[in-house]
Amino acid sequence: MALAFMEGNEAVARGAMAAGCNFFAGYPITPATTIFNNMLKMLPPKGGICVQGEDEIASMGYCIGAAMAGKKVLTATSGPGISLYSEHISFAIGSEIPMVIADVQRLGPSTGSATRGADSDIQFLRWGSTSGVPVIVLAPKDVRDCYWLTVQAFNYAERFRCPVFIASNKEIGMTKESFDLDAVQLPELMERTQFKGEAFLPFEAEPDKAPPFLPIGGKTLVRQTSSTHGPDGYITIDPNTIADCQERLRKKIHAHREEISLVEENMVPGTDTLVISYGITSRAVEDAAAALAEKGRPVSTLSLKTLWPVPEQVLIRAAERFSRIVVIEMNLGQYVNDIRRILQGKQVDFYGQMNGVLIPPVKIMEAIEND
Amino acid sequence: MTSFLNKNRPPVFCPGCTHDRITKGLDKTMVDLGFRADNTVIVTDIGCSGLFDTFFNVHALHGVHGRALTYAAGLKLADPSLNVIVTMGDGGLGIGGAHVLAACRKNLDLTLIILNNFNFGMTGGQYSATTPTDAIVGSEFLNQAEIPIDICRVAKAAGATYVSRISGHDAGLSDELGRAIQHKGFSVVETLGMCTGRYTKKNQLTPKVIDSMIEEMPREGGVVEENMRPEYGERYRALAEEKGKFPEPLIIEKTYELKDPKRQEMVILGSAGMRIVTAGDIVCYAGIAAGLNASIKNDYNITVLRGQSVSEILLSPEKITYTGLESPAVVLALSDEGVQRRQKIFANLSADTFVLKEASVTIPDTPAQVEEIDFKPLKIRKPDWALASLGILAKKELVITRDMLESALKSRFNDKVYNLAMETINKVA
Repeated sequence: MALAFMEGNEAVARGAMAAGCNFFAGYPITPATTIFNNMLKMLPPKGGICVQGEDEIASMGYCIGAAMAGKKVLTATSGPGISLYSEHISFAIGSEIPMVIADVQRLGPSTGSATRGADSDIQFLRWGSTSGVPVIVLAPKDVRDCYWLTVQAFNYAERFRCPVFIASNKEIGMTKESFDLDAVQLPELMERTQFKGEAFLPFEAEPDKAPPFLPIGGKTLVRQTSSTHGPDGYITIDPNTIADCQERLRKKIHAHREEISLVEENMVPGTDTLVISYGITSRAVEDAAAALAEKGRPVSTLSLKTLWPVPEQVLIRAAERFSRIVVIEMNLGQYVNDIRRILQGKQVDFYGQMNGVLIPPVKIMEAIEND
Repeated sequence: MTSFLNKNRPPVFCPGCTHDRITKGLDKTMVDLGFRADNTVIVTDIGCSGLFDTFFNVHALHGVHGRALTYAAGLKLADPSLNVIVTMGDGGLGIGGAHVLAACRKNLDLTLIILNNFNFGMTGGQYSATTPTDAIVGSEFLNQAEIPIDICRVAKAAGATYVSRISGHDAGLSDELGRAIQHKGFSVVETLGMCTGRYTKKNQLTPKVIDSMIEEMPREGGVVEENMRPEYGERYRALAEEKGKFPEPLIIEKTYELKDPKRQEMVILGSAGMRIVTAGDIVCYAGIAAGLNASIKNDYNITVLRGQSVSEILLSPEKITYTGLESPAVVLALSDEGVQRRQKIFANLSADTFVLKEASVTIPDTPAQVEEIDFKPLKIRKPDWALASLGILAKKELVITRDMLESALKSRFNDKVYNLAMETINKVA
């Protein structure tokens, strides 16, 4: 028996390397910096490129350029950096540029607290771009998740040609943990579909899919643009073309949301309460559930690893037999309203905490027992 | 190739706009240089200069205002064989100033063609970073309170290896663009031109006036000798190549069995420079080597050489879920700063908790068992207090044993440091 010992940020970097990431650009920011540090050690020996942008906007710009040249790119930041990433996140979403963005969340708003954790950016990641096109956000709960979910994030980025976020947290990113690295089963790697036909149009695709890819710099000329475009990659004002493109951007993720629904559940027979959480908070929920079981008041738990798109069918199926739902978040309620929307008619109670420290199991027990 | 111009998408500039001449000039340059479309990319941003990518049959990347140089850098780093040409207006120059400076400092082999027409043409002729103070523009009086930037001077100061300024109407434009493109490294060509749709309506600007403006400005001769140095990509790759060793993950083997493994929490309260984090790591190594799960988090000031340094460690035979500490078995109180950072915990410690307090440290009242140690007479220096404290814990078989500690030190340190560490530990053992 042997265990690996590393922090969540190192695990994100190792996951990226396992996924075949070969380009990183970033800008130092606590608590995400050690992802950058690790990539700077790991990429050069493997022939990859790792650079520091002059700011966060530039770091995303470098990633966009490299991704369009065919690289698998990662960048990492925290809330204040996501603010600056925003214009390029919109570009990557609208122009279907695959990349993985690790957001090691810290307490906001604004510069907030560099070394205090919180799930501050859950709504920001979903809606912090122009147009409201769906994005994919995955939330690890521990170092092991940081590793394999990053591989999963790359697969989604390649398959759907979009930015995929890892919504980590200072409390995972900068906490070292032991885990059995060898026992982790990584998903099979996916690469973006290469165009194989005759006449290449950079944004021609099936109505619910991402377009096949060709790199800038290859034999076939490629156009990429941040402006509203038709399949040919030129600006268009034709309402039908625009509508088709917008609809496809939505559908390529929305129509496949059940395939992107990653959750962990612990359904206990005979329980009437389902506790829903995500990220680091799910671990305190496990402790609270174990303590409640010992007290003779067991509950079931559901930990979401996919936050966006909302795993709607999974939530509906999981919640079906429960009369009461309790949602716990390390913020003052960023996700609970989506759960209320989906589980209409159920009693949905909420406990949230935003004070820079982890929610202790005892607070969660109180929230559950206080019905 | 006789022309790279896209016959289906001819230039659409206002009549008399200098951009039209620059489009044709750039086309001639690429033909003259014998470029291939498939390894050439034009990168643009927002504004009339941002239309350039649509007029050429080459690869194209059109992006957000002022950021063209960042995409260009990503493309060039990813594919060094590409010819990367960036067009940018005086608007992009202003909003993307940080990227221009960074590109000058880096010296990637990119060509930046600045299409300076002294105003924001597309949005109504507002003033830009290059609008003369006495010009009449669509920003009322605002430009009168500022001065325009001389981007050539700035680029030279920032380290650009090729800088030139030329009228968009100059017969030598195409040749000049050719020299800039052929230069290995970052080259900046500032072209001056007329925005007939906006700027020249209220300002006397003709090709002749532009010529005399250029006459009056400092002469820019292309290669900037004092800035000459290796191209960034080549330099980067040479440096990166020296980094041959991939850092494998730290794996700790289980080397022995504990008789009665149980969950243990421990806090080390110290200060910067006391090797608190190292001591915390050693406890984790020891725990993992004994088949336990471990977690550690550290709390220290962003000014790393000052202030508190606190490590919170958890060892457990079970999976570690919540990583906050609930009832520490051991607290090492090694500095006042550290204690102050966690002073609230003392009142709530259980009677079983073992607190090891250095003689110079003051702690709040606590129900825990407190033992005092004075490291000074033992001739143990402050940076070794945390390590020595681990020796005391091992002697008492609290959280770690002597075997665990020795094996952790062996795996963490080389022989020399290990021997020094054991010397310290033997002073308290």
